[in-house]
Order: sequence, then C-alpha cells, then structure tokens
Amino acid sequence: MKAIKEKHSLAMRWTHWVNFPVLTIMIWSGMLIYWANDEYKITIFGHTYVRFFPDWYYNLLHIPSRLAEGMAWHFLFMWFFTLNGIFYVLYTILSGEWRDLVPNRHSFKEAFLVLLHDLHIRKMAPPQNKYNAAQRIAYTAIIIMGIGSVITGLAIYKPVQFYYLTWLCGGYHFARIIHFALTLGYVFFFVIHVVQVVLAGWNNFRSVVSGFEVVNEQSKPAIETQHEEGEE
Amino acid sequence: MNNPNPQLKRSMKKEKSKEELTIDQKINRRNFISFATFFGLGGAAFGGWKWLYNSPVEPAGITAGARKPLRRALNKTELFFRNFFSNNHLVKTYPKSMAAKVVRHNSDIGSEGKLPPENWLLQVHKKSGEVLQISLDEIRTLPKTEIIYDFKCVEGWDQISHWGGVRFIDFMNHYNLGDEAKLQYVGMETPDKKYYVGLDMPSALHPQTLLAYEMNEQPLPGKHGQPLRLIIPVKYGIKNLKRIGSITFSDTRPRDYWAEQGYDYYSGL
Repeated sequence: MKAIKEKHSLAMRWTHWVNFPVLTIMIWSGMLIYWANDEYKITIFGHTYVRFFPDWYYNLLHIPSRLAEGMAWHFLFMWFFTLNGIFYVLYTILSGEWRDLVPNRHSFKEAFLVLLHDLHIRKMAPPQNKYNAAQRIAYTAIIIMGIGSVITGLAIYKPVQFYYLTWLCGGYHFARIIHFALTLGYVFFFVIHVVQVVLAGWNNFRSVVSGFEVVNEQSKPAIETQHEEGEE
Repeated sequence: MNNPNPQLKRSMKKEKSKEELTIDQKINRRNFISFATFFGLGGAAFGGWKWLYNSPVEPAGITAGARKPLRRALNKTELFFRNFFSNNHLVKTYPKSMAAKVVRHNSDIGSEGKLPPENWLLQVHKKSGEVLQISLDEIRTLPKTEIIYDFKCVEGWDQISHWGGVRFIDFMNHYNLGDEAKLQYVGMETPDKKYYVGLDMPSALHPQTLLAYEMNEQPLPGKHGQPLRLIIPVKYGIKNLKRIGSITFSDTRPRDYWAEQGYDYYSGL
C-alpha cells in the first residue's frame, strides 16, 4: 500500500532552491573578479598542475575584463546568499531539525561504513534516520563553509573596518585564498551531490521539491529494510 | 492498487471519490502543485536574472558604465558599510623589513614621466575661491608621518609598502582648512587632469591618509607619482592618486576616473 511520507520542510526546500542560483551567480561573479589577478595555482615540487583558470575556459565563459561588473554583481548577491543562509540556520535551530543534521558521536565511524556501502564494498549501510552519517557530515560542513565564505568575504571586502575578521582569517592575503578554496569546495560538493541525487532516484529528488516521499507501508519500518538508500 | 475483482474496484472508486482522494490522487495533486510552483518561480527567477543582466547602463555622469540597478545596489551597499567606518579602525602596519623593495606599478595615467619639483605647485582651491599655491619644500616642513602597510589593489593583489609624507588631517589643520573639512567631499586631480579621484571627507581625514613624497625613505620615483601623491589606506589603490596637481572641496561628489568606468564610487576598505 502506497503512502505519503513527509520528508523535507518547506523552509528547507525554499532555502535550498534559493541558494542554488544565488551561489551560482556568486561563483560566476567571483570568477569575473578573480580574473583580474589570477595568481592561484596548484604546484607540487615545482610543477604546476592546475592553473586557475586556463585561457580557453575564461574565453568560453566570457570572463575577461569584467572586474567592475563582477564586483557589482558580487556585492549585490552577497546579501541574498547571506540572508538566505541566516534564515536557513535559524530555521534549522528553532525547528529542531538540526537534530537530524548535526553529526553525533557515531557519525564519523558510520560515515565510513556509508562510504564503503556506496562504493559497493560493504553490503549493508548502517541504520539511519532522515540523513545518513555521511550526509550529516556533508550538510553540516557545507553550512560551516558558507559561514566561512561570509566571514572571509567580509575580511577581504572591508579589511580595515573589519580588521578583527581579517586577523581571524590569517590576514588579507590568506583570507582571499580561503575564500577561493571554499569556492572550489562548493564545486566539489556540487559534483558529488548531483551524482548522489541521480543514484538515489526520482522519489528522493522529488522530496526536495514537493516535500514528501512515496513509501510502501507493507514493509515494516525495520532497520535493515530501507525503501531506498535515502541519499541526499 | 491491484485489485483482482473489477466489480469491487469500481464500487470502491465510487465511494472514494465522494469521501476523499485516493492516495494516487493525493500524490498527483501535491506533485502538480509543488512542481508548478517550482517551475513557475524558477522561470520568474530566470526572467529576473535576464532582466537584470540586460538592464540599461546608467546615464554617464559622476558614475558611469554600470547597469542602473547594479549601480543603485552598489551605492546602497556602500552607505550601509559606511556605518562601520571609524577613525579608530586602522590599517595594520608592518615593520620596515617587510616593505617591498620593488614596489608594484600598475599604471601612470596622468603622471607619466618626470616632473621637476621646482615646476610644480600644489593648487588648493579654498571655499572662498582663494587658491593656495604650495611648493614641495613647504610641504616638507610639515610634520612627517611614515606608514608601512599592505597596499590593496582592486584587481586583487596586495603588497606591503613604505610611504612617508604629511597626514592629510595635519595638512588641513596647518593651512586652516577647517571650513573645507566640513564639506562632504575632497577632489584631487593630476596636473594634466587626466586622472582624478573623489573622496568622502571622513576617509580623507582618516589618521592614516597621507600626502606622500617619499617611498622607501627616498623621494618618490616618477612611476610612483612624484613629486606628491595620495596614500589612502582605507581605499583601494585606484583612489591613491599619483602626482596631485589640485585639491578641491565640495558637497557634491567630485569626478572620479574609475567610477566613470563602472567601479564603485566609494571603493572603501
């Protein structure tokens, strides 16, 4: 017998889907800014492996010579990014939903088991509630990264007025590197996230739009019989 | 919902439609509402983005080159962040040993080549209409202040550099420019008027703002704005005008080279 099982609150879905385009615009405008002084690269033992970014990439996305425009976009959408994030964090705390999200003392061990399971090394995934241990870690980490982006962003936006933030981030130069590295982190998160969503299937994806999953109630909610892996 | 008995199924359906929706109807209804909302709002958001991306460029004036709504947002955002400005917030300073020996040079619009200091006089336009003409030697007699700080370019690079000169606040006091200090803006231009900046008065009077004539304890080299340049650590490099020719005061925003090319007028740090 099919049944509707409520999964994601409206606030969670709203902030999730607001964040997606806003963060996209922040990353794009960030690249317009970064182009003006693209000095970061990954060099190991004198050999440069990655240069951010190759010319073909800049040209493909029409990045060059748009610093002023990039700053204008960045300093407008930073408001939406920050306010949306504050709203989500407050909601998650006040609603008690943080209990399903914040890693607990078992999470780090269990996350490893989840990883083994996802890689088809281990047959069974550890029991879970709404989110598995790997998700708890990932979704909490991404919020901390978001807070990090706001703090390092302010530290390089107003390094004199917010000198204490700049100090906290290890100085102006280093704050800018963290700000950049966090952005790479978002891109990495995005790739894994999308792969997991695709693997988890339609029922799971739909729940982040419509809020519910369809479950089969005949199967008793036993620990080892999960209807789905419940990814994402 | 597999029912082996079609008769029973039909009767069940009849009853249900009167009472309540079947589970499938509920699912479909909620799917429809949520996905319609999702794509509706998504489309609206995309439309909003397209509108903003193609919104008209502001009419050229004191500021130019930015899209109208984005310029408005820049100005409003700066007004908000100006609330945090304080003379007690100082740029971090460094020991002399950390100052760069080779100081980065980006551009010398309005300050190309060398200008013999004896051919140069700083023109200060007072509120009364009087113009003060001040020589470099005279400026050198004022109390000297040095600063070693991290110079920040709007492009994103930064470099610790060492400057010496007179604090702008000391300069204002020495020449009794108290009435001028009550105005909202300071304008500075190169002698050839090719480069010019507008500064809000609080930033100009910040205790670390210098009229600098020395770099690394030597007279300013040609490339760095000799004989006298502005060093204003609470602003990006674009506001640190090289080779000051004239100084004006006003309650309206003076023209600004980079604000005319889409950059924020305030550009404060």
